[in-house]
Amino acid sequence: MKREDFKDNEYIDKLVEELNATGANVVVGKMDELINWGISNSLWPLCFGTSCCAIEFMSLGAARYDMARFGFEVARNSPRQADYVMVQGTIVHRMAPVMRRLYEQLAEPKYVIACGGCAVSGGPFKNSYCVVPGVDQILPVDVYIPGCPPRPEAMFYGLMQLQRKIKVQKFFGGVNRKEKIEEFFAEHPEEKGEIG
Amino acid sequence: MFNFGTWTEAINNMLLGVMPEWLAVLIECVVIAVLVLLTYTVLALFYILYERKLCAWFQCRLGPMRVGKWGLLQVFADMFKILIKELISLKGTDRFLFKLAPYIIITSSVTMLACLPWGNGLQIINWNIGIFFILAVSSVGVLGILLAGWASNNKYTLIGAMRSGAQMISYELSLGIALMTICVLAGTMNVSELVNEQESAWFIFRGHIPAIIAFIIYVIAATAETNRGPFDLPEAEHELTAGYHTEYSGIHFGFFYLAEYLNLFIVSGIASLMFLGGWMPLHVPGWDAFNNVMNWIPSIVWFLGKSFFISFVIIWFKWTFPRVRIDQMLSFEWKYLMPFSLANLILMAVCVALGWHF
Amino acid sequence: MSDIKEIISRVCPEATYEDGENLLVTVPENKWYSLAKHLKEDRDLDFDVLSAVVGMDWKDSVGVIYYLTSTSHKWDMIAVKVVAENRDDAYIHSVSDLWKVANFQEREVYDMFGIKFVNHPDMRRFFLRNDWIGHPLRKDYDADPKLNPIRLEDEINEDDSKTYVEDENGKIVEKPVKVFNEDEYVVNIGPQHPSTHGVMRFRASLDGEIVKKVDVVSGYIHRGIEKLCEGLTYPQILHFTDRMDYMSAHQNRHCLCMCIEKALGLEVPKRAQVIRTMMDELMRISSHLLSFGCTAMDLGATTAFFYGFREREMVLDIFEKTCGARMSMNYNVIGGVIADLHPDFVKDVKHLIEIMPDRLKEYHKVFSGNLIAKNRLKGVGYLSKEDAVNYAITGPSGRGSNWSCDCRKKHPYAVYDEVEFDEILETGCDSYSRYMVRMKEIEQSCRILAQLVDRIPEGDIRAQVPKIIKLPAGRWYQQVEASRGTFGVYIESTGEKNPFRVHMQSPCFNLVGVMNLTCSGYMIADLITIGAALDFVIPDIDR
Repeated sequence: MKREDFKDNEYIDKLVEELNATGANVVVGKMDELINWGISNSLWPLCFGTSCCAIEFMSLGAARYDMARFGFEVARNSPRQADYVMVQGTIVHRMAPVMRRLYEQLAEPKYVIACGGCAVSGGPFKNSYCVVPGVDQILPVDVYIPGCPPRPEAMFYGLMQLQRKIKVQKFFGGVNRKEKIEEFFAEHPEEKGEIG
Repeated sequence: MFNFGTWTEAINNMLLGVMPEWLAVLIECVVIAVLVLLTYTVLALFYILYERKLCAWFQCRLGPMRVGKWGLLQVFADMFKILIKELISLKGTDRFLFKLAPYIIITSSVTMLACLPWGNGLQIINWNIGIFFILAVSSVGVLGILLAGWASNNKYTLIGAMRSGAQMISYELSLGIALMTICVLAGTMNVSELVNEQESAWFIFRGHIPAIIAFIIYVIAATAETNRGPFDLPEAEHELTAGYHTEYSGIHFGFFYLAEYLNLFIVSGIASLMFLGGWMPLHVPGWDAFNNVMNWIPSIVWFLGKSFFISFVIIWFKWTFPRVRIDQMLSFEWKYLMPFSLANLILMAVCVALGWHF
Repeated sequence: MSDIKEIISRVCPEATYEDGENLLVTVPENKWYSLAKHLKEDRDLDFDVLSAVVGMDWKDSVGVIYYLTSTSHKWDMIAVKVVAENRDDAYIHSVSDLWKVANFQEREVYDMFGIKFVNHPDMRRFFLRNDWIGHPLRKDYDADPKLNPIRLEDEINEDDSKTYVEDENGKIVEKPVKVFNEDEYVVNIGPQHPSTHGVMRFRASLDGEIVKKVDVVSGYIHRGIEKLCEGLTYPQILHFTDRMDYMSAHQNRHCLCMCIEKALGLEVPKRAQVIRTMMDELMRISSHLLSFGCTAMDLGATTAFFYGFREREMVLDIFEKTCGARMSMNYNVIGGVIADLHPDFVKDVKHLIEIMPDRLKEYHKVFSGNLIAKNRLKGVGYLSKEDAVNYAITGPSGRGSNWSCDCRKKHPYAVYDEVEFDEILETGCDSYSRYMVRMKEIEQSCRILAQLVDRIPEGDIRAQVPKIIKLPAGRWYQQVEASRGTFGVYIESTGEKNPFRVHMQSPCFNLVGVMNLTCSGYMIADLITIGAALDFVIPDIDR
């Protein structure tokens, strides 16, 4: 996709500015670019879907939409080998610890996409007694894809946004993703509330 | 036909002229090792793309398209990614064995790669028990799989490894017997002699019926040996998540991944060596003009072409057939394939003894 | 109906009767088990199918309504209402030994209402975490998020269950039960696993590669739809049905709309009826195609999956043109459908019907005609007809066990009584039969579509409905044939604009109940095959 076609260039530009503020060594900078090119073009998803969005994700893999074109098709069943988890569908209280554990099992660098209304905010089930209102309550989310379920095109758009985000992240130096993730986990500790 | 031996000979003589023999041998060894590893990586990457493109075409898709022209750079992106992926070390695993397993697998397949006749005079290891050596080294690979499954401390990997052990050891029998059938016809186990024997015609034509049967048995057994569909039980994705390498991440997983594809090339290479003449061009006795034209095509192209063709057939299997169950697979081997290949061996022996071959 | 009353009165003179859509019998708790046994075993009654178990909280008391169906007597239905004696420490006798389907149903009621079932073999929670406080569907449930926060510590695998039995004095005592012994080799499959088709979790005890016992752990996508419904108005609850069994979105929503229309006494225009029928059948085709693809993929034949999806995309295109969405169509509304058909609809459907027979042949060539696939499917996951009835396995899976259970034939709705189609029955009782039923049902669905596509009558697509929909006080139960079996909706109203209780009786809930029965004795690879051939959708189980 061309740059003009994306709707949120300001956000990415801001991110780039922030990252470049400290300046980078030429060699390290080029190395960063190469590695980020590698990561962003080889995003292997974790096979993980809870409800309707998972079926749309299957359509994404099927012949008409064919996510293999972007190199996304090597869906790994083992979280150790996957690069990102696309949370497709509602996360409920019973699933929350499992989801968290899945995330922890992913090997760095790892990304989270919240796909569909339920994963973004709880969707139509937000008021329920056992639904997590948005997966960002328990995981640091990189990209949100709204929709119920989102169309495959929307999923592609979300994945491309993730690629763009990865391309400007720094691997060797600069603002470290890890720090941000640690910050997130400090704010959302394992032990929450009293255990009855 | 151009002989690469003249080049290697020349380089060897040049080195010997300026330095003592031990140094020359050392330098040659290092150069060859680097070359083998380089070939290994390039071939494995090519195979990953080859399979991804092929399966996409079987499935009315396009396959990788966006990274580089026709997705040619896709595998390089994958490689960079896998190189920098975190290596997770797990609690409760046998650390040493866990880390050793991928190296055993990769060592086994690199060694096998060195035995293949790449072209006329282009061969690294060449001795009188070549085929025997290849079979012996290929059995080391299963050790890596068993260790990986055992050391991961995970029930899925353990089941995957046990399945794989049972499967590979069983199918090695048919594989070995099928190759032995050809050795009976050729009367040698030396790789370069095997190729030279096929100058008049390939073994699959010379040995006619028993050779064709042996070829079919070999392809089936080789599919099982490389853990590919319909025999991909050790890593049966839909039963055991990722089988024996479930717990591996980063480049450790990358080793398994590369070895899987390279083993595919190696079994295809052995098939082309044993049945389709190795690097030997297609010769038809009596048609001298035709034979001369065929000789114009470089020997390395012949070898790679034949190997890629057999790999194509095996990939075709994988994407078409459903997976068999462990008991069906083992009973197929022990009840049908092995007795059949033994009978075929006897048939070949009779044919050779009575001179019923070309 | 009068003779039913007579027979029941003979067994249980205390029973009271309430006529309505279905006869409602109210029996005291201590007589319930003997009556249940009689209802099932008496030749004149022969209520062999337990269609639904609806837990209820009437504010002053809690209890259960059982919906029973008799297959030998024209699929007559009765409802039996059992009220527990003590609201806060409620006990009801379990009928899970009579109708095996009650096993999981009663666990669900225990989870949601806290009613303990006496003599139930395994009284654990079904949907919620073991450490959950309260029972959410009770009207006095404390929804304070402080009581049940999002817990991120792992749930402990509970191998200890409990059962409630009566001792000699008739006092109810708790007894511990072990789910798995310590020396068993238990493999955990799910919740994140590629072939559980969602977040279902099985714990399988293995002997080598052979499965000895399967324990189903559900609730990883339990969203509390039934509770949410109680706080919303009738038009607002419709969209939940699309998100339960998303592969039967039209049928489920059709069912809920029909139930509300029945309560309102609303006449749906003919055009809407025909459109609904056609949409139901298109949905069935799409669902069975997905099922074909997933079965093939679970067996490792990846290419067949892509072929199934290729045709499924065509069905989705038809939906998208008319309904505006590929999934979660939200098309049926109370009184009709929300939008008129797209001008291309007839053309597209005709094209689909035309190509489908060839494509089905292709599927057979690519997948089910293959020797390996046949060996993997045939003779695997045996489910006898008696078990299918006892476990209330409806839909293609039940018909694969030669049980004629098609709701479209037994209680025709919409325009199903005006079209000709065959109910597909297979006698194999194995995974292959279930698979074949699906493939043949695609043909039958095409046949129904072919009959209707040229006869879509002109007229309104929606009946006039009041601005604010209020159902009169009462209870209604409606069933339709969804893609995976009989889907039922129970609504109880007190005359308000929101329902007092909504219960969705989903077919997949029963399907997962036979996993232990069908998988025991087969290999672990067969567990995947059986699951794929039963074809359950997890959000439909958990709701």
